[in-house]
Amino acid sequence: MIARRGNPYMERSALRVTLIPVLSVLAGSAMALVPVIATEPIVPPFGLMMLLAWRLLRPEIWPVWAALPLGLADDLMSGHYLGTAMILWTVAFLVLEWVDQLLLWREGWIEWAIAAVALPALGVGAWALSQPGDSHTSVLTILPQTIGAVLLFPAILRLTAALDTWRLKR
Amino acid sequence: MAAPRHRRRGFSRRVQYGLFAGYVIAISGILLGAALLLVARLDPRAFGTLRGVVVDAGALFTGIGRVGVEGLHGAGDSISAYVEAGSQNEALKRELARERRAVIAAKVIAAENIRLKKLARLAEHLPAPILSARLIGSTPTGQRRFATLSAGTSEGVRPGMTVRSAEGLVGRVYESGIFASRVLLLTDGETAVPVKITRSGQAALATGQGDGTMEVRALIAGGSPFRRGDLVVTSGTGGVYTPNTPVAVVTTVRGDRAVARPLADPARADFAAVFPIFQAPVADLPSQPKP
Repeated sequence: MIARRGNPYMERSALRVTLIPVLSVLAGSAMALVPVIATEPIVPPFGLMMLLAWRLLRPEIWPVWAALPLGLADDLMSGHYLGTAMILWTVAFLVLEWVDQLLLWREGWIEWAIAAVALPALGVGAWALSQPGDSHTSVLTILPQTIGAVLLFPAILRLTAALDTWRLKR
Repeated sequence: MAAPRHRRRGFSRRVQYGLFAGYVIAISGILLGAALLLVARLDPRAFGTLRGVVVDAGALFTGIGRVGVEGLHGAGDSISAYVEAGSQNEALKRELARERRAVIAAKVIAAENIRLKKLARLAEHLPAPILSARLIGSTPTGQRRFATLSAGTSEGVRPGMTVRSAEGLVGRVYESGIFASRVLLLTDGETAVPVKITRSGQAALATGQGDGTMEVRALIAGGSPFRRGDLVVTSGTGGVYTPNTPVAVVTTVRGDRAVARPLADPARADFAAVFPIFQAPVADLPSQPKP
């Protein structure tokens, strides 16, 4: 924060610093475009996982409303009704603000535990909001991708941390 | 590590107002999202242009990747074909002989069918397919079951049209961009197809369950109308779907309901044909009243 401007040793490209978190979340959402044709949801929600990992790692770079446009992009790519991820992700951000005040200690295990609660909760939320009125889809269809998402989350945290060091490298 | 204390308001008015504005925008964004969801409930085709543009943009990426995936599929298939060549050859020869006899029988039946239809003066207005296009992708992360078709409004594909492959019914066009469109698969919860059982002719309704299967319910309650292995085809009731298109095979029977697996596997189907909406022919035109 001190003497960032005018000091050649502290200068970073502002574009890289701000854009990398956003672009990596969008790339995660774009995993919905992988060219496999699935008759059941099998690919974990990578966009949400990237966003959670960034939010847990760097809470200070995200304003609370940042989840709105990212959620809109995810809705458009995943074919859900517009508003599904917008609502759920913003609610998750507000809840995380409260969790930040609550927790006095942070560790990799705690972040995994937060994600292990958040991912199933948001999965059930997405199921509830995206189904048409007379749908017969069971809530259990989200089980495979949610288990995969929770198990993969530490790897996503690592990836985010690597991206973060590259982002802040001078 | 102690938790980072961000969002510390301190004495700076600027920081305080900034944080407060963030919460206000977030809450109003949630309300906006709720309004968007309500619009989607009332009019599922809302924001069609925006969604169409995203379908088009996504199809560009997916189409390129699809080539690689198909190459991998092909390589695996040809390796296993070499391994099983000898035994497969024998089995295929036997199968070919059996199929030949079946084809001859089928030709006789087809000829007889034409003759009988002429006798009964039954005219069928079955629609011809508009075009064939590739199924290039799907939405594997979402809770809805969509596939992406590489044809859009520029080729005349409109929402509501039915899509089928060589094996059977695939689904309906849900929304279309200019050169790509989304197909609502049979397994989606929104799908409801009026069907009949080929064995008994019993009318039923097949709905998607979101997990790769469909639920078949008889229109008449009671009894046990389904058996394992029953073939389910469209009945053409109410229009939309052309009659006698294969839909699914019953895999499990639970009382007067059954779970069926769709015949057309969209992951295997290279090409799918798009059909216009079927309209059942009027049996007898009403006679003009005499003046």
